Amino acid sequence: MIMAGWNIIDGRAVALPQDNIDTDQLIPARFMSVPRKDGYGPYLLHDLRFDAEGAPRPDMALNRHPEASILVTRRNFGSGSSREAAVYALVDFGIKAVVAPSFGDIFASNAVNNGLLPARLPEDLIEALIARLGDGDAAMTVDLNDCVIRIGNEVMPFDLDPVWRLKLINGWDDIDMTASHGREIAAFRANRVQHAPYAMLPHET
Amino acid sequence: MNAPARTLFYKLWEAHQVLRREDGACLLWVDRHLVHEGSHHAFAKLAERGLPVAEPALTIGVVDHYAPTRNRDRIADPDIARMIRTLEENTARHGIRCFGMRDPRQGIVHVMGPEQGLTLPGLLINCGDSHTSTHGAFGALAFGIGATEVAHVLATQTIWQKRPKTMRITVTGKLGPSVTAKDLALSWIAELGADGARGHAIEYAGPVVRALSMEGRMTLCNLSIEGGARCGMVAPDDVTFAYIKGRPFAPAGTDWDMAVADWRALVSDEGAVFDREVTIDGAAIAPTVTWGTSPEEALPITASLPDPDRLDGARADQARAAMDYMGLTPGQRIEGTPVDQVFIGSCTNGRIEDLRMAAAVLAGRKAKVPGLVSPGSALIKAQAEQEGLDRIFTQAGLDWVDAGCSMCVGMNGDLVAPGKRCASSTNRNFKGRQGRGARTHLMSPAMVAAAAVTGTLSDVRPLLEGRV
Repeated sequence: MIMAGWNIIDGRAVALPQDNIDTDQLIPARFMSVPRKDGYGPYLLHDLRFDAEGAPRPDMALNRHPEASILVTRRNFGSGSSREAAVYALVDFGIKAVVAPSFGDIFASNAVNNGLLPARLPEDLIEALIARLGDGDAAMTVDLNDCVIRIGNEVMPFDLDPVWRLKLINGWDDIDMTASHGREIAAFRANRVQHAPYAMLPHET
Repeated sequence: MNAPARTLFYKLWEAHQVLRREDGACLLWVDRHLVHEGSHHAFAKLAERGLPVAEPALTIGVVDHYAPTRNRDRIADPDIARMIRTLEENTARHGIRCFGMRDPRQGIVHVMGPEQGLTLPGLLINCGDSHTSTHGAFGALAFGIGATEVAHVLATQTIWQKRPKTMRITVTGKLGPSVTAKDLALSWIAELGADGARGHAIEYAGPVVRALSMEGRMTLCNLSIEGGARCGMVAPDDVTFAYIKGRPFAPAGTDWDMAVADWRALVSDEGAVFDREVTIDGAAIAPTVTWGTSPEEALPITASLPDPDRLDGARADQARAAMDYMGLTPGQRIEGTPVDQVFIGSCTNGRIEDLRMAAAVLAGRKAKVPGLVSPGSALIKAQAEQEGLDRIFTQAGLDWVDAGCSMCVGMNGDLVAPGKRCASSTNRNFKGRQGRGARTHLMSPAMVAAAAVTGTLSDVRPLLEGRV
């Protein structure tokens, strides 16, 4: 699947005022054997959104505002397991950007590979946004051209690695990019075989 | 003029860099790519594009996440059977070596790799699993990746990365009796936070780390990700080489001599500069347990829970939510908390040394609560049985089962019931990790054994006195 690039999101933002929302919470392990084509949206934050009987919890922000496309949350979002299914669940639900003080490294990388923006904002600005959003939602614009968030009259610059910014804007796919470096890879391999033969393995017989 | 002093991390990075783009993105060569059942998304991506696997010989499959720990001949759950069959079919289709369900070498990917000599110093190792940091214990550059990256490695045997910052954790002094690598890891994570090492590659150093066995070093590196690090590593030494020598896929003969000569250079040079330096006093570390729902919420077993009223806004919210989920009260002593069950196993603490230590506590004693012991691999299971450890566990009243990720992540159906409290030698106390509503306390295998014997969270030190 080749991703579409994007420059600007005009969407609705909601707050999830929690630290350390790990990928086990984003998608509990029991849903991970489902093929992606069926869509992972229903499993997003499943055990926070639904009670033990499967009824939606009315106080949960994403249940009140299912049209939300921007999530504002606290530090270390997406920590833990490398499961890309956590990103699939967010994307399939309709989330296009997560705004937080920090992200799990593997999660952030998985997010960008699926067109989902992990935007870093200082903790005090996040707390101000959480206070402003409260239980409700609000119109928010996320602009990759200038790396800013706009809400009401306020403009907040966010942090994003420039490599990731270009990737999100252009919808670049790494396999395509790497294909143009076939000669360099072959040369590297030949050198590895010669100088570190123990790093290679025989084919299975 | 001398060459500039370089860190171990930098040496490993440079040795794998195929190219560096102007924007800083680097294309790295991958020496070993380990795949488990979770790779189905990546193989599907490959199939979608009609691409072959670039280096089948450098790709190794193993069944672990969904591996049943009982009744393997007849898998009742069709989803679990399908996940395992899909891996076995995908690896067979591409000519990839696979340690499948019936292979006597089957085990958790981060236990099997080192055990087979597939993990070696100086290699770059990737796997679609965050605990790939484990392999850094050998002086390898090893880190977990997501499914899109797994597909990329399958297709090209390379990966795009930005170079992380470096951090050295030096552990001075000597660990006290019955204090293990697990306690060391939980205590640094409690101090620096679950994102304390975010964006960094950690090198563990100092006399405490040098004195650790390979098993201990693997536990320490395994938990690097729980402190947010990209990877963790220990410079290889004679302990490393002695562990590797003679393993099935390890180099032999003149290749071995050449390899060891290369590996001896895998150290941070005198004067090498790290972006961050942290020093920890090993002697000050007590047996440590987690009380909350993040590995950073850990305490010495002798301590009491924090009072959220004394914390600031977000931290107070977090502590209250964690105590509510865990069924604990502010300020209470952690020791003496009753547990419902125990689990010993996982890529963090499912190795032979872990089982020996737990058995030392349990020998001649009865467990007051039920529990599961799942060795990290089928070979460890056989070795433990040869040493009679299985009988110690079963005579204490615990279940001795087959190897896999088991109750650490519950994908195979080994779950903790809602509201039940489990003393666990695993790596994550996240909400719902061991099952919906499950309450997990992380600790060393010896501490889990102590909890089994007393039925409560307990200090293992008096129980091990005179035994090890």
